[in-house]
Amino acid sequence: MIDLLIMLGVFLVAFGVGYLLISKVPPLLHTPLMSMTNAISAVTLLGALLLFSVDGGAGSRLIGAVAIIAASFNVVGGFAITDRMLKLFKTKEKG
Amino acid sequence: MSLLVDLAIIVMLLCGFRFFRRPPEARKGNLTAAAALGMAFMLVLYRHDIVDPAIVIVALLIGSAIGWAAAMRVNMIQIPAMIAFQHGAGGIAAFLVSFEELHAQGVPELVGQISGAASLIIGAFTFGGSMIASAKLAARINQRPIVLSRHSLILSLFALAGVILTIAALQAGGPQRVGLLIVLIALSIVTGVLFAIRIGGADMPVLISFLNATAGLAAAFCGIIIQNRLLIACGATVAASGSILTHVMCKAMNRRLTNIFIGTKAAAAPDAPQSQAHQQDEPQPAVEGDLKATEPSALERPDPLESAAEALRGAASVVIVPGYGMALAQAQFDAVRLAGLLAQQGRRVRFAIHPVAGRMPGHMNVLLAEADVDYGNLVEMHDVNPELKDTDVVLVIGACDVVNPAAMEKEGTPISGMPILATHEARRVIVCNLDEKPGYSGVQNSLYTMERTIMLLGDAKKSLEALINLIE
Repeated sequence: MIDLLIMLGVFLVAFGVGYLLISKVPPLLHTPLMSMTNAISAVTLLGALLLFSVDGGAGSRLIGAVAIIAASFNVVGGFAITDRMLKLFKTKEKG
Repeated sequence: MSLLVDLAIIVMLLCGFRFFRRPPEARKGNLTAAAALGMAFMLVLYRHDIVDPAIVIVALLIGSAIGWAAAMRVNMIQIPAMIAFQHGAGGIAAFLVSFEELHAQGVPELVGQISGAASLIIGAFTFGGSMIASAKLAARINQRPIVLSRHSLILSLFALAGVILTIAALQAGGPQRVGLLIVLIALSIVTGVLFAIRIGGADMPVLISFLNATAGLAAAFCGIIIQNRLLIACGATVAASGSILTHVMCKAMNRRLTNIFIGTKAAAAPDAPQSQAHQQDEPQPAVEGDLKATEPSALERPDPLESAAEALRGAASVVIVPGYGMALAQAQFDAVRLAGLLAQQGRRVRFAIHPVAGRMPGHMNVLLAEADVDYGNLVEMHDVNPELKDTDVVLVIGACDVVNPAAMEKEGTPISGMPILATHEARRVIVCNLDEKPGYSGVQNSLYTMERTIMLLGDAKKSLEALINLIE
């Protein structure tokens, strides 16, 4: 029960604080923002990794491997594209 | 203790978002978030023993290598399609992990089971929807909305079937549960596909933002079933971000989310598929008949290119309004060259960006950044609108609906009430569009027929090159 409340709390606080911080992001950066959050959503990589912390049959290993491939594709690709995009933003003005 | 470590990583992630408030620090923000995720990854390895490390390492290498290669090769106009595709990959991971947890890994308590089912459904839905979104954005499939007869009814029935299947699966045990879960995954994917095919063209920014939010939600629910706080926190922030972007996009089009998702406009303008200017090789929309009146008068006027150059030569302030048509014509580099030339001659030149210009939130900014525009010269709609009436020349490139005065002046059109760039208030307007046909909304644009407007029809790239030659 305590665990459940902590999890609920973590969700609400992260959503709330995230909401406040992200609503301040200028529209100029909305594409990189979505690209970055897209990478963050591949945090399910941790879940895929945990599938390998217990014994499992061949089927379970296959599913785990596909999940790791998909998630690591998403997380590496997402952060890399975001970085590439952000490198393009230049200004002469002092930002 | 372990809670404190988790919290430290979550705070680090949130710091990454904080850096995004200022463009010069955004890159640091992205790296901070990546580092937070990297630490979370190490933490899992530290806390748990991995049984088959060889499989894990090989899978990680394959996924990362493909992800990296794709990230390095994609160009900026393909970014929306790529991001949609990645959303889909995230969805796959979410529903596979939940599937495994729900049947193989012992049975968690009820809350965990329900969360697992939610993650499985939302993950599979995100996957189905994102594959369609990605294919549409990459123009692999027709971008028109595809509406089946009784589309809403079918979707509702699918949703109902999903609920019944979930209850049945959670009550069943063993192989029966596995079978039901697989059916549930398939149903969710098909629902995602049906959901996404009804949305097209100019509404894509809303769809991609929405899928961003669902990808985050799937991750958060996945975190509850595996009892991992980091997953929950990361998923929650992504869900927050996706919700904000969805809201911003809806507001920028003055449309309600439900209207977009149940395809109200698709019924209003079924024959006007493409947004903004049309590329030559795409099928022309079937809206005709209104052009005849304007064409002869266009011929009687003096050479429009010459008058456009004349107007630019006499202008002290110029505002350029780029639309997706500019990106389709690959004219952004010429637009930037022209802007640079005009600025060199001492004119004040800025780019005015409508929030829905492009195919995802903020897309136009990235396209212009790629063409080396100083982002200090990119101004937002609300900041530039009051100044437009004192602007000497507005140059519209490949934009239609976002500069259509009908949005302000007429009632009952699909774009009525949509905030627009008030280009019709400027002293002179130059429009570089492929044709005079209406944009995605299907509403005739009265900007084109104004006395003060000069129309440069045809390929925007060629028009801009000609303008540059005349002004140089």
